[in-house]
Amino acid sequence: MTNTTPLWEVFIRPRNGLAHRHCGSLHAADAEMALQAARDVYTRRGEGTSIWVVPSAEITASDPKDKDALFEPTADKIYRHPTFYDIPDEVGHM
Amino acid sequence: MKEELYELLLRLADDHLILGHRVSEWCGHAPTLEEDLALPNIALDLIGQARSLYTYAGEVEGKGRDEDQLAYLRLERDYRNLLLVERPNGDFAHTILRQLYFSVFMQAWWREAVKSTDETLAAIAAKAVKETVYHVRHAAEWTIRLGDGTAESARRMADAVEALDRYTGEMFASDAVTDALAEAGIAPDPASLKAEWDRVIAEVFAEAMLEMPDAQTYQQTGGRQGKHGEEMGFLLADLQYMQRAYPGMTW
Repeated sequence: MTNTTPLWEVFIRPRNGLAHRHCGSLHAADAEMALQAARDVYTRRGEGTSIWVVPSAEITASDPKDKDALFEPTADKIYRHPTFYDIPDEVGHM
Repeated sequence: MKEELYELLLRLADDHLILGHRVSEWCGHAPTLEEDLALPNIALDLIGQARSLYTYAGEVEGKGRDEDQLAYLRLERDYRNLLLVERPNGDFAHTILRQLYFSVFMQAWWREAVKSTDETLAAIAAKAVKETVYHVRHAAEWTIRLGDGTAESARRMADAVEALDRYTGEMFASDAVTDALAEAGIAPDPASLKAEWDRVIAEVFAEAMLEMPDAQTYQQTGGRQGKHGEEMGFLLADLQYMQRAYPGMTW
């Protein structure tokens, strides 16, 4: 089964102006079939205006074992957060 | 013209209800999770189209019958659907090919009906045509994958062509009803859609590496006159059970 229908990751954009978000995966023979299956599986309740499908095998993921090396060093750099200056009211929501 | 329009709406509604029921039989039984959602999606589109058509048929008839009475409380000989749509699901290839044949026909039909002089029918067509375009796409892509797939999928697809080809001619049959409605600009003459149907099917078959069936094959008809195959009774028993057991039940 998985030989003829590999795994695909599905990204849906809910509205114009928003980014595509990962919403799940599915099995399909090729890109065209993956798009159709994504439409049928993930947009049944009007969730989307655009679909991306990506072969799961094409995604390079970070190794959970590298978590400390990759992400720990930012923990003590709180000065990177925009919390040390006041935003004028006129700027509005940022 | 009222009688002809009622007859036409009933034929179309029955086509969509019966095929919708057949496709819904896959729910929970499809070969993959993806298709277990895709096929009921299509079934729901078809049944939705049937509802609009039955409701309008009831209005045209003017005897106070609603969609439920027309869908559930008629006898087998009163159903006017094509023999093609009542054919049992068979394997996945049979189901897909049946859908391809019917949806390619309806795509051409709805596209003409959008221009109907009957406003209600034109409105039903405008909604249905978008759904049908997707049904064609789904069935065509699968036909291509299966026909040009493994040795087994190609054999199953070819078997489906052999089994279903004889039920395609009925779609294009004209009679007094379709002639009168075509004349009045209400509904397309089915015979006029044959060339477009042939073209689309030939294109899909070529890509699917499927052999076109012999054009001389004997064509089985009778559905439009209420003469159905033996499987139809079993289908109706399933479909009508609830209204027969609990008449007038609503929920």
